[in-house]
Amino acid sequence: MNDIAIELKGIDKKFGLVHANKDIDLRVRKGTIHGIIGENGAGKSTLMSILYGFYQADDGDIFINGQKIVIKDPNVAIGAGIGMVHQHFMLVENFTVLENVMLGAEESQILTAGITKARQELRRLEHEYELEVDPDAIIEELPVGLQQRVEILKALYRGAEILILDEPTGVLTPDEADHLFRILEQLKDQGKTILLITHKLREIMAVTDEVSVMRRGEMVATRTTAETSVEELAELMVGRHVLLHVEKGPAAPGEVMLSVENLTVRDSRGVDMVKNVSFQVRAGEIVGIAGVAGNGQSELLQAVSGIRRAVSGKVWLDGEPVDVTSKDPSGLRQRGLAHVPEDRQHMGLVLKFDQSENSILGYHDDPKYSNGMFLDIDAIRKDAVDKIEKYDIRPPNPRLKTANFSGGNQQKIVLAREMERDPKVLIIGQPTRGVDVGAIEFIHKRIIEMRDAGKAVLLVSVELDEIRSLADRVLVMFDGRIVGERAPDTGERELGLLMAGVADAEEAAQ
Amino acid sequence: MSAPYAKLPAWVDYGLIPLINLTVAFAVAGLVVLAVGESPVRAAGLMIQGAFGYGEGIGFTLYYATNFIFTGLAVAVAFHCGLFNIGGEGQAYVAGLGVALPCLWLDQFAPWYLVFLAAIVGSALAGAAWALIPGWLQAKRGSHVVITTIMFNFIASSLMVYVLVDVLKPAGSMAPQTRAFAESGQLPRLDWMFSWAGVDMGGAPFNLSFLLALVMACVVWAVIWRTKLGYEIRTMGHSPSAARYAGIRESRIIIITMMMSGALAGMMALNPIMGDQHRMQLDFVGGAGFVGIAVALMGRSHPVGIVPAAILFGMLYQGGAEISFEMPQISRDMITIIQGLVILFAGALENMFRPAITTFFATMGTARAGKTLPAGE
Repeated sequence: MNDIAIELKGIDKKFGLVHANKDIDLRVRKGTIHGIIGENGAGKSTLMSILYGFYQADDGDIFINGQKIVIKDPNVAIGAGIGMVHQHFMLVENFTVLENVMLGAEESQILTAGITKARQELRRLEHEYELEVDPDAIIEELPVGLQQRVEILKALYRGAEILILDEPTGVLTPDEADHLFRILEQLKDQGKTILLITHKLREIMAVTDEVSVMRRGEMVATRTTAETSVEELAELMVGRHVLLHVEKGPAAPGEVMLSVENLTVRDSRGVDMVKNVSFQVRAGEIVGIAGVAGNGQSELLQAVSGIRRAVSGKVWLDGEPVDVTSKDPSGLRQRGLAHVPEDRQHMGLVLKFDQSENSILGYHDDPKYSNGMFLDIDAIRKDAVDKIEKYDIRPPNPRLKTANFSGGNQQKIVLAREMERDPKVLIIGQPTRGVDVGAIEFIHKRIIEMRDAGKAVLLVSVELDEIRSLADRVLVMFDGRIVGERAPDTGERELGLLMAGVADAEEAAQ
Repeated sequence: MSAPYAKLPAWVDYGLIPLINLTVAFAVAGLVVLAVGESPVRAAGLMIQGAFGYGEGIGFTLYYATNFIFTGLAVAVAFHCGLFNIGGEGQAYVAGLGVALPCLWLDQFAPWYLVFLAAIVGSALAGAAWALIPGWLQAKRGSHVVITTIMFNFIASSLMVYVLVDVLKPAGSMAPQTRAFAESGQLPRLDWMFSWAGVDMGGAPFNLSFLLALVMACVVWAVIWRTKLGYEIRTMGHSPSAARYAGIRESRIIIITMMMSGALAGMMALNPIMGDQHRMQLDFVGGAGFVGIAVALMGRSHPVGIVPAAILFGMLYQGGAEISFEMPQISRDMITIIQGLVILFAGALENMFRPAITTFFATMGTARAGKTLPAGE
């Protein structure tokens, strides 16, 4: 029994009417990477929260290294050697790395001794696991990938032997994700046990030794990763056969609908994030912009959709010039530009609004939804119900608060709003970030349908797979510039090198 | 997994939880009364009797409640835009000018309803103008409204002392107040409402501005939940970045919301000036601007909650006065402590009992449903 790090027996948890975990059994062998996979809402996060002491199970037992243990709060979990890296980081943004790592483990009222010790320990951990971070950097100034590293360091600093990572790659670029996986391999080699929660099948296949699949609160299967396949896992997750490959015919590009010329955009700190970028999108084609996050894609999208002022450059929408130095998203909407923003939770939706209210965000001035200065509530609700039916938004309740929809259904609310306007140009950022497998299939189909209906689609995604399967042309962005255009069937390695800023990617890939 | 607990039924959320909070507040207040050697039961009896036991008491309770409805609505409107308008006190104070000046000017020849109309417009404009500057500073310069509105309370206070002492005080008078208004500068009292119920209102100054307060409560509801402007205000309040995405002009909405909030606070001045004293006196607001914050918190920024919360605070004011009259041990300051406790439990500690109650109802729900649903989408 000694090689079992974690054993859960009959874990059961209800939240009111929701049976989040049903009689869950799980055994995780010491020194392995164990994946837990399932759609959003399958109960993965609840299970991990029980293991980490955020919630108490209604029923069931937890054994750590063969010892039965009652984890009544996270301190007990930490004491038992469990560390957790949350999906949304628990860091103090304006503290340094060192201060964050020490937080809660200061050891005495006077910090001097603790700081020295922490600094040494941090240096040791960095060397041991390839976890380089400047201990004096301020958290908010670090890229997301490094912030996550700090979370890992925090757990290790507290002596974690078992590390739980909850959707760790949701915010990472492919590059950062690869680095994370290397770190995880090293941790495994040092004998640590890792529980990786995700809904991305590829990651499971790439790094785990074993994988358990959850569906609707139940543990439906555990497999040895080497003996299973992406298809089998997807089917176990969703409970039906899933089409992983996007089927689409050849594009029939028409007129140029969106034309961008020498666009330069600065971020709020005054740094040039988009540098002299030019490209065109034609009706009936999908142009994908690939790139590691933070290379100017967000600023480009915001400038083109009128949310951010550009410094210089020209943009034409359907042949008509756009004033890029003014912010006028409403004007652009009226001219036929629809925008599915990258950050749906903060930009695309107001989470406290109900579904019907979010269905008019940005279009509330439309006479269709209003009588003079008043909103036409009946028309809005009716319209919302139509969208719910057409986009299979679940639960089908236009008065439900948006925060209570799953990620996939939230994204469908945004897509329904933007696509049903019948726009000429559709700009989509990260269409499937934080979206479950079943919904991804649906969203991809819709995007292709928009293209086939003759819309010009500009797609930005940090998921290279997504770009390659959806786009008709791929532009690669690096350091604010478009460094190359490739066909979507170009090798992953070549595109990856371009994304990393290697100029002669073609040669290097040979 | 962000909201693991099931939603509470509305009657629990808006009825039971505030009731429990109130009960605890009064229980603790009872301990305070006990500590000074008086009987809490008798004090409670006196309070209820004083506030609701006889016509004049009810009249006073509703008179105070009128003030709090206006100021509570003012705070609530700003809340919906994510702004914390602490300046209701100063906005109402300056708005006194918007009431007093039309009265002083028109009361000699115009009928009361014309004077009232002019005073409504005047108070709203003056209150809005006083909120405009903090609103503009927030929108264009990012100066936090909490700071600027607090400072504007002080400025208003000094300004009004100057105006009353040096400008509006009749020559030869010792009191810092305007002359008394003629009859058409006085609002009709609502005796008829009491006569219907067969109660005598006595000398209570309960007047027409109460009905105006109720009308404004309806107007606020309609504006916030039924107009495009209200939609934009709420979008701003919940998520400024979503507002930017939607093309809502941030500074415009901030300024408009602050002016609406100031106008509502300003209308409060009608009640004491035209409805009660029939002249403008020093410090006529008397803290109603701050009570409005508590009323808005307790009423969940919704008119349907604000009106009863305002009546509750009216009761505390009126019943509290009665207690301190009957029980010499309990001073006015003690009443302030009790009000503070209500604010503490109903506002600040709003979420203290919520988790336990939620768990309780969740379990009840499970038991009643007999079986549980799968953890679906």
